[in-house]
Amino acid sequence: MSTIAVLNKASPLDALQRWLPRLVLAPSMLIVLVGFYGYILWTFVLSFTNSSFMPSYKWVGLAQYARLMDNDRWWVASKNLLLFGGMFIGISLVVGVLLAVLLDQRIRREGFIRTVYLYPMALSMIVTGTAWKWLLNPGLGLDKMLRDWGWEGFRLDWLVDPDRVVYCLVIAAVWQASGFVMALFLAGLRGVDPSIIRAAQVDGASLPTIYLRIVLPSLRPVFFSALMILAHIAIKSFDLVAAMTAGGPGYASDLPAMFMYSFTFSRGQMGMGSASAILMLGAILAILVPYLYSELRSKRHE
Amino acid sequence: MSSSLAARRPSLSRLAVYATLIAACLVYLVPLIVMLLTSFKSPDDIRTGNLLSWPEVITGIGWVKAWDAVGGYFWNSVKITVPAVLISTLVGALNGYVLSMWRFRGSQLFFGLLLFGCFLPFQTVLLPASFTLGKLGLASTTTGLVLVHIVYGLAFTTLFFRNYYTSVPQALVQAARLDGAGFFTIFGRILLPMSIPIIMVCLIWQFTQIWNDFLFGVVFASGDAQPITVALNNLVNTSTGAKEYNVDMAAAMIAGLPTLLVYVLAGKYFLRGLTAGAVKG
Amino acid sequence: MNAINRLAAVVSLASLLPLSALAAEPGTVEVTHWWTSGGEKAAVDTLRKQIEQDGFVWKDNAVAGGGGAAAMTVLKSRAVAGNPPAAAQVKGPDIQDWGALGLLTNLDDVAKANDWDALLPTKVADIMKYDGHYVAVPVNIHRVNWLWINPQVFAKAGAKVPTTLDELFAAADKLKAAGFVPLAHGGQPWQDSTVFEDVVLSILGPKGYHAAFVELDEKTLTGAQMIEAFSTLQRLGTYMDPNRAGRDWNVAAAEVINGKAGMQIMGDWAKSEWTAAGKIAGKDYECVAFPGTQGSFAYNIDSLVMFRLKDENDIKAQNDLAKVALEPAFQTVFNQNKGSLPVRQDMDMGPFDACTQKSAADFKAAEQGDGLQPSMAHNMATSLAVQGAIFDVVTNFLNDPKADPAKAVKQLDSAIKSAK
Repeated sequence: MSTIAVLNKASPLDALQRWLPRLVLAPSMLIVLVGFYGYILWTFVLSFTNSSFMPSYKWVGLAQYARLMDNDRWWVASKNLLLFGGMFIGISLVVGVLLAVLLDQRIRREGFIRTVYLYPMALSMIVTGTAWKWLLNPGLGLDKMLRDWGWEGFRLDWLVDPDRVVYCLVIAAVWQASGFVMALFLAGLRGVDPSIIRAAQVDGASLPTIYLRIVLPSLRPVFFSALMILAHIAIKSFDLVAAMTAGGPGYASDLPAMFMYSFTFSRGQMGMGSASAILMLGAILAILVPYLYSELRSKRHE
Repeated sequence: MSSSLAARRPSLSRLAVYATLIAACLVYLVPLIVMLLTSFKSPDDIRTGNLLSWPEVITGIGWVKAWDAVGGYFWNSVKITVPAVLISTLVGALNGYVLSMWRFRGSQLFFGLLLFGCFLPFQTVLLPASFTLGKLGLASTTTGLVLVHIVYGLAFTTLFFRNYYTSVPQALVQAARLDGAGFFTIFGRILLPMSIPIIMVCLIWQFTQIWNDFLFGVVFASGDAQPITVALNNLVNTSTGAKEYNVDMAAAMIAGLPTLLVYVLAGKYFLRGLTAGAVKG
Repeated sequence: MNAINRLAAVVSLASLLPLSALAAEPGTVEVTHWWTSGGEKAAVDTLRKQIEQDGFVWKDNAVAGGGGAAAMTVLKSRAVAGNPPAAAQVKGPDIQDWGALGLLTNLDDVAKANDWDALLPTKVADIMKYDGHYVAVPVNIHRVNWLWINPQVFAKAGAKVPTTLDELFAAADKLKAAGFVPLAHGGQPWQDSTVFEDVVLSILGPKGYHAAFVELDEKTLTGAQMIEAFSTLQRLGTYMDPNRAGRDWNVAAAEVINGKAGMQIMGDWAKSEWTAAGKIAGKDYECVAFPGTQGSFAYNIDSLVMFRLKDENDIKAQNDLAKVALEPAFQTVFNQNKGSLPVRQDMDMGPFDACTQKSAADFKAAEQGDGLQPSMAHNMATSLAVQGAIFDVVTNFLNDPKADPAKAVKQLDSAIKSAK
């Protein structure tokens, strides 16, 4: 590094200096072009072919998309994603914010409690999915336990109920991610100027009002970060489903990521799997682009 | 900001706050407790007892068997995770530096493209990435797997550093440039020293992601070089033969230990890093 | 590419590993499989030991999960990378798919030297060939259409071992009345379809089964007998534990072993659970053909396909594996652990238990007529796409107590058509 610094003092190398940032970014740009967009393009191409067991390049137009639209399982998976994603993001935000606000009240042993909320993020779902599968299993877990303890009327059979199994996924996913949301917001709260709150208190506002009206609105950027991360987790949810329900009962708890994987790899319908991947990406694009656009515009240092 | 709030009210509301926090702690801990208890039970005990019942006889046999099954793969995971985490963090730092301090035409577009990349379901890239690795002569090597982890970790590491550095005043960099400091000098002397918090966040995040990865590990590593998650999966997801849940759970704990430890030991740096600006948009 | 190469070089320095693995001196045989349970691992170890004794290196590439689905993902990625393993656990019609890609090697020399044509049943040998040449080596024959019974539970309930579907329901009613779970079952698509396939085999007979699942004949698929098969499946569902969703089959088997449930419909691998629990066939448990499928044999054959390799020494190791896999020593250990039949026909069946001996006799009998049929639920009959379509319909049907059998056959037919 020192040689570079010395060289830089010589003015003819200004040109290099100007190009250096681009050079530094170049490998990453190439990686993004090939490893992200090149591969997406490849998937896009496959979605118009009759690829089955392995990739092939016989063009079939929109046939794979038509097939996908006809597939009941795809619709179940898509609806599940809306339901799962909405509930997961909403509940994680509420729980995360609530815990962050409570933890911000000069709590003793805050470090310990924080770690407890955060640890689920550290473990892979391959592992914790199994524990949750047990806990939510009607004949084995909480359901049986609470009845053993005398709460006779207790029923928790969502895991085996095709109409409610998605809620089980939501529970485990919230458990895993809400601690992280808590950390994000706690960090945000620590950056809020205490004098604002003191001033509001002097004006006679109650604590909940202060949080709702003043503090939380000032954390808008944190909301966006949390939203991005949660949405990203929701869309990619795969390990969670694989470990807890494998899509069952029937295919009632299937999600698009799972659908795409099983059709592409286990079912030998690569063309249709690719079509589902493209639709997923399209949906993400539709949601993400407006956000990214506003985000990147407002970020300029002008 | 916590100074003024509940400090003056000891009474009921304070009690409620503690009660809620402790109750939440218990809920968060239940799965871990179940796993721990189960790992120390005997298979018969598991069959007859309930999930949260205390083991009738505490036995370490599950842990011994689990270590036999997955312990050998522990070191593989270390060999994969350490270089992948370090390199992806370094590259992310440089990228973030360029994207915040040295913008040029198209750099914003690149950042947008990269962010969208975060959402790419990794299942879609398995086959083309295999193809690329094959062409590079890296198929089924640890090097290849490390490379894949770096590539798909870049989006997040870049995001972390870029957001962190946007909160650093540009004037600081301008001044250094006027003094004749070059690209790397500014990075090394000015930005890097103030990046400790975000480096911690990035390291913790990447470590967790890569250590816990199963998909890339199972596809891009082979045989004796497989990471511990693959070994764990082979143990847990084997549906033929007698199930020994105590072994499964012990193995899960062994596989999760490093990441747990990182969160417990470095958790406060994580929060500090987030506070220092990682979350400011 | 340059930048990636550069980066790759940096990365490889960092991980202190050479860019490409150097060709090992003694031949290496890498095997991708999902034999990961205790018994299976012990069996694979005998294979490994034999290979190592012959002076070769065994590289184990075990990938559990989803009945081989995870292993298949790995295998496809490896093939795309131009770096397939020497051998992989691939079976049934998939062998033809891999053969069509031109990736498999020709094992005819090994086959001739070891007289495979005489050792293997013709039907089995045909599955192992692509374009008339051996490309795979079979390791065992599973029978799928078994019913496992706990006689103590049956005695307590006063139930009789069933031989027809009517008797099956009669026994189930008795078990239910006595407070037992009549039918232990795990609610996973492949298990649901295993039951369904047995019911179809029972109601439509082997010829109808063949028309439905091998020929995918529309008339058979939508016919009255198929509707009856669906309603029978639905009725069987009422005798299963409502909390069965996602349960592994071996957990269900444990319910029968522990006397909580009376019977289980499952392939012969279920025996490994009974053996592991220290129970003896014919005494502690009964194995009978699924009611109405006596004389039929729905087979599920595990095999190893061999990929084309470049290195001379590796090819030698690969050929050695092909040879050893069919030798009596491995066949005995492996099949005793798996509960299956040895694939070679000249084996001494003495060391095997009553169930396997019965299975061997049934196989020989079924081979003469139409009784020998490929298992749909275990990917021996159709392509994976069609199998997946059938799974979807069947598992959804069984999980919806109000489902209409007449509608289900239409769904089945259209799902299969769209997957073809």
